[in-house]
Amino acid sequence: MADVNTPSGSTTAGSIEVGTAGAGAQLAGPGTGRATVKQPIDARVSVKPSFDVNDFPVPHGREEDWRFTPLHRLGGLHDGTAAEAVRGEDKVDLGLPEGVSASLVGRDDERIGKAGKPVDRVAAQAFSSFEQALVVTVPKETVLTEPVRIDVHAEGGVRFAHVVIDVKPFAEAVVVINHTGTGTRAANVELLVGDGAKLTFVSVQDWDRDAVHASQHTALVGRDASFKSVVVTFGGDLVRIHPRVSYAAPGGEAELFGLYFADAGQHLEHRLVIDHDTPHCRSNVAYKGALQGQDAHAVWVGDVLIRAAAEGTDTYELNRNLVLTDGARVDSIPNLEIETGEIAGAGHASATGRFDDEQLFYLQARGIPADEARRLVVRGFFAELVQQIGVAEIQDRLMEKIEAELEETVA
Amino acid sequence: MATLEIRDLHVSVEAENGPREILRGVDLTVKQGETHAIMGPNGSGKSTLAYSLAGHPKYTVTGGEVLLDGEDVLAMSVDERARAGVFLAMQYPVEVPGVSVSNFLRTAATAVRGEAPKLRLWVKEVKEAMAGLQMDPAFAERNVNEGFSGGEKKRHEILQLELLKPKIAILDETDSGLDVDALRVVSEGINRVRESGEVGTLLVTHYTRILRYIKPDHVHVFAAGRIVESGGAELADKLENEGYESYVKGGASE
Ligand SMILES: Nc1ncnc2c1ncn2[C@@H]1O[C@H](COP(=O)(O)OP(=O)(O)O)[C@@H](O)[C@H]1O
Ligand SMILES: [Mg+2]
Repeated sequence: MADVNTPSGSTTAGSIEVGTAGAGAQLAGPGTGRATVKQPIDARVSVKPSFDVNDFPVPHGREEDWRFTPLHRLGGLHDGTAAEAVRGEDKVDLGLPEGVSASLVGRDDERIGKAGKPVDRVAAQAFSSFEQALVVTVPKETVLTEPVRIDVHAEGGVRFAHVVIDVKPFAEAVVVINHTGTGTRAANVELLVGDGAKLTFVSVQDWDRDAVHASQHTALVGRDASFKSVVVTFGGDLVRIHPRVSYAAPGGEAELFGLYFADAGQHLEHRLVIDHDTPHCRSNVAYKGALQGQDAHAVWVGDVLIRAAAEGTDTYELNRNLVLTDGARVDSIPNLEIETGEIAGAGHASATGRFDDEQLFYLQARGIPADEARRLVVRGFFAELVQQIGVAEIQDRLMEKIEAELEETVA
Repeated sequence: MATLEIRDLHVSVEAENGPREILRGVDLTVKQGETHAIMGPNGSGKSTLAYSLAGHPKYTVTGGEVLLDGEDVLAMSVDERARAGVFLAMQYPVEVPGVSVSNFLRTAATAVRGEAPKLRLWVKEVKEAMAGLQMDPAFAERNVNEGFSGGEKKRHEILQLELLKPKIAILDETDSGLDVDALRVVSEGINRVRESGEVGTLLVTHYTRILRYIKPDHVHVFAAGRIVESGGAELADKLENEGYESYVKGGASE
């Protein structure tokens, strides 16, 4: 699919920066990007991370990290007006398996802010404006057999939210946050994965068509810990999710999976940063998206930084997009920056393909009706990724969700 | 008995400087149980005929008719034609990423048969057909045509032929790109289907090589978009010896 009829409105760019001679030989997968972005990751972040919104200038749209986002559709999250506007209501429903505790805490609670700082103005606005944080704690060595469920149903207005998921050493948990309803929402989710712990964090954006949602997911992965992030975005007018991973100690592992389905007019943006500053950690990223309809827009930016200290790093990132109709646009930018030659592997791939008529003809020529043929292809495209999630219950739910989306939109 | 009738078929493609007529009046009748070889030089329009019968959108029928047991094939969509019993084994089968062979085969069989085959019988049927074509069972879990070798693609086409049991099978250069062993295996697969006596076969080929394994009842020479000579199996021998020269330059095609 790498080289078929890329629609005119798509860009697939990629770069690999190698700081130390010899590292090139260790690059695992070839990038399929066509253009090269010669801009180191650090230079592309316009402002230093901070908890204070006033440390960030109001973005105007030309900044590297804002250039794809239609700012006028952000509901004022970026320029302070949302903070002045009427606050909305959430209905939050928690499903807490035995042993898990959850509490609403004030801004000055010491458990807040440990995973990392906001990296853009909207995340900083959320941090500066939230009133209470939800802290979910999975105690040490507690192995959950069912997921922690956080159902957020927004009922209009502006919301600023803060969630801390604290998985203590050697605990194992699956946490699912599910977003429905509508409103304008900015949030930070902190994911603390203790030493030897395992966390699968699933965030589903199943918003009504007119919702606005920006969220930074900041994960700090402990020694020999595993973190798995699954980001699923179907709904909303503008959704901008920013998963970030850093490692507190060696031996950590992070897998970041994502899938999105952009319909006419939707802007779905996923920007990932994995900061390898610790030796012998691994990361694997796979995001897949389908688009259809006029002005459906998907943005995927995957920044992986391997710092000089991060010997033995093994990383791979992939983004694939399937464009089902004319008029959709994809911007896919993998970016790998390597400052040490002593790595185990590093690679990236990005491909944007047309749903092509020859595939449709081939399937139809075997008796399969056109609408079923389309669904078969899109379902298959996503199934490949869903199978990697490794939590059967979640896989089934996602496939059902995809199925429903297909019934509704792919005819 | 199923009969495919092609009458005075004219087909154009959209070329850079407007429509270009490729098929210029094809007449041919294929009955169930018969095997017709269509032989002709490159560019004579053989694939155009094959794809037009299957309904590929690139080809525009500008005249003539195609009937399957009296039904108007040209009025049917691509999938309706397949369900009516027309099967095209493609020269260049298409990759379908993310769709496994087993899922694809079952979806196709369900569509063509009008109901999902019983799972246990189906698994057995696929297994046997794959074994007959010397295909590794692991093949079923691969994505359709993705990363298949030329030989694997052709085996996969014939596997579908065996499973879908069409009334009319159009095999477009199924022999091309096959080594001798693969050609034999694939030909045996085609012969198994032919021996059922329930399929009319249109064997489209440039070379006579495959005719050593599959004996045609009729041979037609195709040149410049139409059939220029028809005969029995002996016509293939003549082509083997003399090539297409006499048909291409100032011959019967003009
Ligand atoms: N899109 C197209 N535009 C112009 N000419 C085409 C197009 N497609 C096929 N043709 C021409 O149609 C003719 C017949 O092609 P084809 O049916 O593939 O022949 P064969 O299978 O006998 O080799 C060739 O001359 C080819 O160049
Ligand atoms: Mg041909």
